[in-house]
Amino acid sequence: MSDRKTLQTEMISAHPGPSPGAGMQRDYPVCKLIDTTICIGCKACEVACVEWNGMPFSSTTFDNTYQTMPETRWNYWNLIKFNEHVRADGTVEWLMRKDQCMHCADPGCLRACPADGAIVKYANGIVDFQEENCIGCEFCVSGCPFDIPRFNPATKKVYKCTLCSDRVGQGLEPACIKACPTGCLKFGSKEDMKAIAEERSHQLREHFGFENAGVYDPQSVGGTHVIYVLHDATQPELYGGLPKNPQIPWSYTLWKWFFKPVLGTFSLLGLVGVVLHYVTVGPRRPQPDQPERKEV
Amino acid sequence: MATAVERFDHKARQAFDRIGHNDVRAGELLRHPVYTRVLHWMYGLFFFLALFSGFGIYMPWLFRWFTPVFGGGPLSRAMHPWFGLAFCFFFGLQTLNWWKDMRWTKADTGWMKGIRNVIAGKEKLDPPDTGFFNAGQKVQFWEIVGGCIAYLFTGVILWAGARTFGRMAVAVSYVIHDISALIMLGGIFVHIYLSTVGEPGTVGAMIRGAVSEAWAWTFHPAWYKQVTGRDPRAAYEEARRKLDGRKS
Repeated sequence: MSDRKTLQTEMISAHPGPSPGAGMQRDYPVCKLIDTTICIGCKACEVACVEWNGMPFSSTTFDNTYQTMPETRWNYWNLIKFNEHVRADGTVEWLMRKDQCMHCADPGCLRACPADGAIVKYANGIVDFQEENCIGCEFCVSGCPFDIPRFNPATKKVYKCTLCSDRVGQGLEPACIKACPTGCLKFGSKEDMKAIAEERSHQLREHFGFENAGVYDPQSVGGTHVIYVLHDATQPELYGGLPKNPQIPWSYTLWKWFFKPVLGTFSLLGLVGVVLHYVTVGPRRPQPDQPERKEV
Repeated sequence: MATAVERFDHKARQAFDRIGHNDVRAGELLRHPVYTRVLHWMYGLFFFLALFSGFGIYMPWLFRWFTPVFGGGPLSRAMHPWFGLAFCFFFGLQTLNWWKDMRWTKADTGWMKGIRNVIAGKEKLDPPDTGFFNAGQKVQFWEIVGGCIAYLFTGVILWAGARTFGRMAVAVSYVIHDISALIMLGGIFVHIYLSTVGEPGTVGAMIRGAVSEAWAWTFHPAWYKQVTGRDPRAAYEEARRKLDGRKS
């Protein structure tokens, strides 16, 4: 069954050895395409996400916009960010962007995570949290350039969008895709989605007067498995704070994979040192020392 | 240091002396009063709680077998900051208590110059101007004071998280937090070694509060002179003559 192949593990957070099953099967990377130019802000994807993932009802805050709540929550992984943007010529534009995990090819959360197996990246590109291994340190929050992981104080663990890995693993599309009524959300292989996105951007540039229309697939994190078509790809910040150049702090790579084990071993030299001192030099005793007993 | 701190330390020592008991026998000197010992074991306890709960956060793939002691990974993560705060609190009190004794002097610079002989065991007696604490102890003490300050600043940032202080603050803080922990981890081996098997007779100072006079004139001659009024070298020679006399 081809649908089983989609959940082959590629990377595991803080895992010392190779990922189990790596290279066993060929697979194609999946991608979610979000065309912000077609989104009508109906929130069907938000409802579908909450329903499929069995999230409890959570009260919302009305902030005089077409946004369900100010930001995503540990039990609300998918939120249409709304921005009323006034253009240079005084005309107004409503920007709707579906905010959720971007499923980066080089995931900052996974780099930052110290817990073995708490974050897993599948060969199809889905980055998934395995909550049973999560220790709730929240380092992933600082590793993520998109501010996605959310801490649940009750369980002391971190949650985020799974790209419906449970559905995708069975050959289904993510719940949000299924719910979208306008065709703004599409799901397929990264290659196909990228081609559709480029074609749509071309269309927007050539026929709709959006000169800066383009695809958002930031290469600073190796590309993402959730990509956007934006009316103005030169200003992604307008879309609810999408970073132009998402970065992962250097300390996660350098410190975690080099200095941590090296300096950790160095500390243990303290133990080796005192043992060697005891064996070679021996203890310093209060003086005058009792002479050693001579056996007769 | 301000006199208010001295008054506070004095009162605390008096109060703890009423509760606890110093077990000083003939031929021994009182080294650490009850207050000092209680503080020492309190921050000692919280040091190890913070250390072992911290191991589970530092490298869960290596140290996850520690975490069940604290009720699992998330709970050891949740309790670690409280252990750390308690460690810094009690060590802070000890800092006030030892402020005067830990000040760096000329004798310490001299002691540091001769540290090779001490480590190599060539010099049986410490230099005659070695006071209540020697330079090695002072270095470790001030390293922990600096480490506590680093822990507090970076620990609060890590505790509140990236959504409060920003991603870079957390990314930098946890490196500093780890370095501080690694220095103290290396230091604790040396501390435990020197206070037990490395220099026999030391551990009593933190248990009963007492050390032998021979211990005092060997390792802290200037302190010996200060409390007994006798010359440490003369006392040592006398003890040696007695020992030789018994032998022959």
